[in-house]
Amino acid sequence: MFAYIVRRVAYAIPILIGVNLLTFYLFFVVNSPDDMARLHLGVKRVTPDAIEKWKAERGYNKPLLYNEAVSGPARLTNTIFFEKSVKLFAFDFGHSDDGRDISHDIRQRMKPSLAIAIPTLLVGLLINITFAMLMAFFRGTYVDVSGVILCVVLMSISAMFYIIGGQFLLGKLLRLMPISGYDTGLDAIKFLALPVVIGAISGIGAGSRMYRSFFLEESNKDFVRTARAKGLNESLVLFRHVLKNAMIPIITGVVVVLPSLFLGSLLLESFFAIPGLGSYTIDAINRQDFGIVRAMVFLGSVLYILGLILVDVAYTLVDPRVRLS
Amino acid sequence: MILLLTLLAASACSDEPWNRPYPATEAHQNTLYASFQERPNHLDPVQSYSSNEVAFTAQIYEPPLQYHYLKRPYELIPLAATGVPEPYYIDAQGRRIGPDAEAADVAYSVYDIHIQPGIRYQPHPAFALDTEGNYRYYPLDAQALEDIYTLGDFTETGSRELVADDYVYQLKRLAHPQLHSPILGLMSDYIVGLADYVDTLEQAASPGQGFLDLREYPLEGVTLIDRYTYRIRIHGKYPQLLYWLAMPFFSPVPWEADRFYNQPGMKERNITLDWYPVGTGPYMLTVNNPNRQMVMVRNPNFHGETYPAEGEPGDTEAGLLADAGKSLPFIDRVIYSLEKEDIPYWNKFLQGYYDTSGISSDSFDQAINVGAAGDVSLTDAMLDKGIQLRTAVSTSIFYTGFNMLDPVVGGLGEKARKLRHAIGIAVDFEENISIFLNGRGIPAQGVIPPGIFGFVEGDAGINTYVYDLTPEGPVRKSIELARRLLAEAGYPEGRDIETGKPLVLYFDTTATGPDDKARLDWLHKQFAKLNIQLVVRGTDYNRFQEKMLKGTAQIFQWGWNADYPDPENFMFLLYGPQGKVEHNGENAANYRNEEFDRLFEQMKNMDNGPQRQAIIDRMMAIARHDAPWLWGYHPKQFSLAHAWYRNAKPNLMANNALKYRRIDPGQRAELQAVWNRPVRWPIALLLGLVLLVVLPAFYSYRNRQRQPAYMADH
Repeated sequence: MFAYIVRRVAYAIPILIGVNLLTFYLFFVVNSPDDMARLHLGVKRVTPDAIEKWKAERGYNKPLLYNEAVSGPARLTNTIFFEKSVKLFAFDFGHSDDGRDISHDIRQRMKPSLAIAIPTLLVGLLINITFAMLMAFFRGTYVDVSGVILCVVLMSISAMFYIIGGQFLLGKLLRLMPISGYDTGLDAIKFLALPVVIGAISGIGAGSRMYRSFFLEESNKDFVRTARAKGLNESLVLFRHVLKNAMIPIITGVVVVLPSLFLGSLLLESFFAIPGLGSYTIDAINRQDFGIVRAMVFLGSVLYILGLILVDVAYTLVDPRVRLS
Repeated sequence: MILLLTLLAASACSDEPWNRPYPATEAHQNTLYASFQERPNHLDPVQSYSSNEVAFTAQIYEPPLQYHYLKRPYELIPLAATGVPEPYYIDAQGRRIGPDAEAADVAYSVYDIHIQPGIRYQPHPAFALDTEGNYRYYPLDAQALEDIYTLGDFTETGSRELVADDYVYQLKRLAHPQLHSPILGLMSDYIVGLADYVDTLEQAASPGQGFLDLREYPLEGVTLIDRYTYRIRIHGKYPQLLYWLAMPFFSPVPWEADRFYNQPGMKERNITLDWYPVGTGPYMLTVNNPNRQMVMVRNPNFHGETYPAEGEPGDTEAGLLADAGKSLPFIDRVIYSLEKEDIPYWNKFLQGYYDTSGISSDSFDQAINVGAAGDVSLTDAMLDKGIQLRTAVSTSIFYTGFNMLDPVVGGLGEKARKLRHAIGIAVDFEENISIFLNGRGIPAQGVIPPGIFGFVEGDAGINTYVYDLTPEGPVRKSIELARRLLAEAGYPEGRDIETGKPLVLYFDTTATGPDDKARLDWLHKQFAKLNIQLVVRGTDYNRFQEKMLKGTAQIFQWGWNADYPDPENFMFLLYGPQGKVEHNGENAANYRNEEFDRLFEQMKNMDNGPQRQAIIDRMMAIARHDAPWLWGYHPKQFSLAHAWYRNAKPNLMANNALKYRRIDPGQRAELQAVWNRPVRWPIALLLGLVLLVVLPAFYSYRNRQRQPAYMADH
C-alpha cells in the first residue's frame, strides 16, 4: 500500500502543476497586473506612476510566462508564473498582495470553517443514515413512500431558501438563535447551531434518498437472504449485514469530501458572517488578490487529491477484498 | 435536532434573549454596535481615502482641522490646531503681499499651523520605555517576536505628547515610494519641493530596507517652526488646502510608530501601521480582526473636547443641542461586526442588535411610506419601535457621460451637441429615481450638488436645455422637441440622414448582473423614445477601466463623491487638463472647452463670494450648453436609528462624527428584551411531532419483529 500511496503522490505533482498553470492563465486572462494595482490603490486619484511602483514591488512588472529580455534559465524563472508558483510546492504560500501572511490567514480561517463543516457532516450523516434505514426497513409502506416524497421535496428547495427561511423562522420569528455572527470558544455554539441545523436539513433530501438506495440494494442480496434464513431478526440483519456493507459507498462519499471541509462553505459563511476559508477565497477573487487565489486553488487541489487517496485507503479498510497495488 | 435541543436546554435557564449575538454581560454597557461589509483596505492615514477606511481613521487620527458638526453650510474649525490658519502670500520677488491679492500675483502661500500643547497619543507599544529609558520594543529580534501575532500581544505600552514635527513627518510620508499616497500627485503640484522630495526618497530607500527615517531628509515646503508650530508653503494660491487639513492625510504620525512597525518580522505578522493605527483621537482601534470584528475603545489619553453649543436653526428643537458643552466622546466602545449580507443585517437592526441602519431596496417598503406627492415617512412598524428617519442629499453626483472624443456623440460641433441635448431630454431621470431608487435622489441640474457653494436653488438653477420653467415647477421638455433636435442633428426618426441607417449608440457598463437587467431595459426604452438603438456593452470592471483610459467607450455612467465642500472639487471633473485619455485625470468625458477651462483656472483659487458665484454660473451655462453629461442625479441618504441613539445629524463632510453620538444602553437593553422574547411553544410542538413519528414507527417495528419469519416480506 505504501508504494501505491507514493505513486499516487507522484502522480499528483503534474496534476498540481497543471492546475496551477490553468489558474494562472484564467486569472490573468481576466485581470492584468495593471487592473490589480488599480483595484488595490483605489479608484480616486491613482497615477500611472503609482501603478508601476505597485507592480514592481510585488513582482508583477515581469512577463507572465516567458522573459525574452534575459537569457538562459532566467527566461523561465524570471517570470510572474515561476516566482509566484514554485514556492507553493513547498507549501510556502507567501504573502497576499497587500502584504498579509497567507499561511497565518489560512490557519486562522480554517477553524471557523471546520467548526461548521464537521458538525454539519456528522449530524447530517446521523440523520441521513437513520432516516434512510427507517425507509429501507419499512420499504414499500406509507413510511417509505412519504419518506421518499419528503426527500424529493427537500431536494427541490434551493440552499438559499433554507438559509433565509431558517434565519427568518428560527432567528427572527421564534427568536431562538442569533441570526448571524460568530464568536470563539464555547460562545461559538449559539452561532453555529443555526448554520449547522440548516446545513444538515438541506442535505437530508439528497443524502437520505441515496443512502436508502444503498440499503435497499444490499438488502436484496443473497447474504441478507441467508441471514434471514438463519433466523436472525430484522434489526440484526439491518444493522449487522445491510448497514455494514452499505457503508462502503457511504464512506467513499464521506471520505472524499473530508479534506474539502477545510475549504469552507461559500453561502453559509457569507450569510452567517462566519470568517472561514470560503469567504476568504471569494473576497480574494473580488479583490483580485492573486497571491490568495493561487494559494487557495492549490490547497483545494491538494486536498482533493488527498481525499481520493484516502478513499482508496478507506476501501481496503472497510472491504477486505480490495487490495491496493 | 440534537443541536437545537442542546441550545435550548442551555439557554432555558436564562432570562436573556436567546438570539442575542453579543455576550449577555455587555447588555447594559455603553457600547455602540455597527457593522462592516468589507474590510478596509488601508488604515494608514497616508493611504486611507475610501469612506469605509475613513470611518475608522477619522476617529483615531486628528488632523489640524475638522468640520463643525452642526452648522451649515459646512464650516471648518480647529481640531488639533489652535485655530484655522490664515495664509499669507508671497509674490515672485519674495515680497509679502496682502490677503486680497489676485491669484495670478501670488507665487507662494504660507500656512503656519499652531497645534495645541498637551495632546497625547493613545497607549501604544511603540512608545513603551524600559526602566533605563530605552525603547522597550526597539530593536526586536526574531526570538522576541516568536509569540507575537497581534499588537495586543505586546504587553507594555507608553505614550508621548503630540508635537508639530509629527505633522511634518506625515507630510513627508506622502512622498514615500512604498506608500503610494493617492494625493501625492495632487499635492506635488502645490507643496513646495514635494515633487523633488519623491526623487530624494527614491534614492534614499532601497528595496526591503525597512525603516526610512524621514527626519533626516528635509522637505522644502514643510518645515518645523517650534515644538508646536509647523509651516506649509505651497505654490500659488490654493484656498482648498484648508479642507485637506481636515482630512486624515494631514494627520500626525509619530516617527517611533513608523520605526516600530518597520522592524523585521512585523509585516509578516500583519503588524503594520496600515493595520494598527496610532493616533490622538477620541478612539483607538484595539481589535482589528476584519474576518470577524473590529473594536474601537475610548482613548484614555484623549485631550478632551466638548459638544458644540451652536448649530443651525431647528437643532435645538430637534434635541441636537441638549448635550451642549458636555465632554466628548459619549460612547465607550464601538464594535463593528462583519455582516456581508443585507438581510441578516436588517433583521438584526429590527431586533435592536444594531443601533443604526441604512435602507436597502429589499427593505425599503417595509420601512418607508412614500406619499402621492413624493413625501416620505416611516411605516407604522418602524414608528411602533420608535425608529427615527434622517435624510440628506449626498454631496455626490451620478451621471451618464458622453465620450467627447467619440466621432458620433463627442465634440463641440452643433450636430453632436444637439444629439446630446435630444438624449438629455429623452432620458427621464425623475422616472429612474422613482423606479430604481425608491425616490431617494434628486435630478441633477449641473455638476454641483446641494450643500456646496455654487449650487443655485430655484428656477435660476434649472437646466433649461432639459426643463421648461412653469409655475408648478420645472417640467421636462417634450419628447417632440427632443425628436426635432435629433432631426437637426442629422438623425430624423433616429436614422442617419446621409446613409439612412439607424443610429446605433453604445453604452459601456460593468452592470451586467441579473439585478441590472431592469435598469438596462429602462435605459433602452429611454433611447428608443428617439428611435435610437442602444447597444449595451457589458464588461468587467477591468476592461471598463481600460476602455475609459483608451477613450474607446462611447456612453458610460460614472460618479463622484465630494472630497471637500468646494465647487472646485466638482468643476474639475469637466476641466480639460483633467481629461482621462490624455492626462489620466478625473474628467472621464474628456470634455474640453477653452472658455470653461479658463474660467475654472480663475475660479478654483477664489474665495467664496458673488464674484466666484458669477463665474460658476457662467461655467455651468457653458457646460449645460455643451452637455458632455446627462446630469444624472444626486442620491439622497436615508438612515434609520433606534430611539436610544442620540445626536444623529447627517454631516456629509465630517467623518469624525462618532464622538458626538450618544446612546442610552438601559433603554436599549430593555427594548431588546421586549422585542426578543423567545417563542417557546414550537419546541413542544417539535417534540410532539417527533413522538408522533417515532411512536408509530416503534410499534410497527415491534409488530414486525413479532411476526413469523415467512410473513416478513409480505
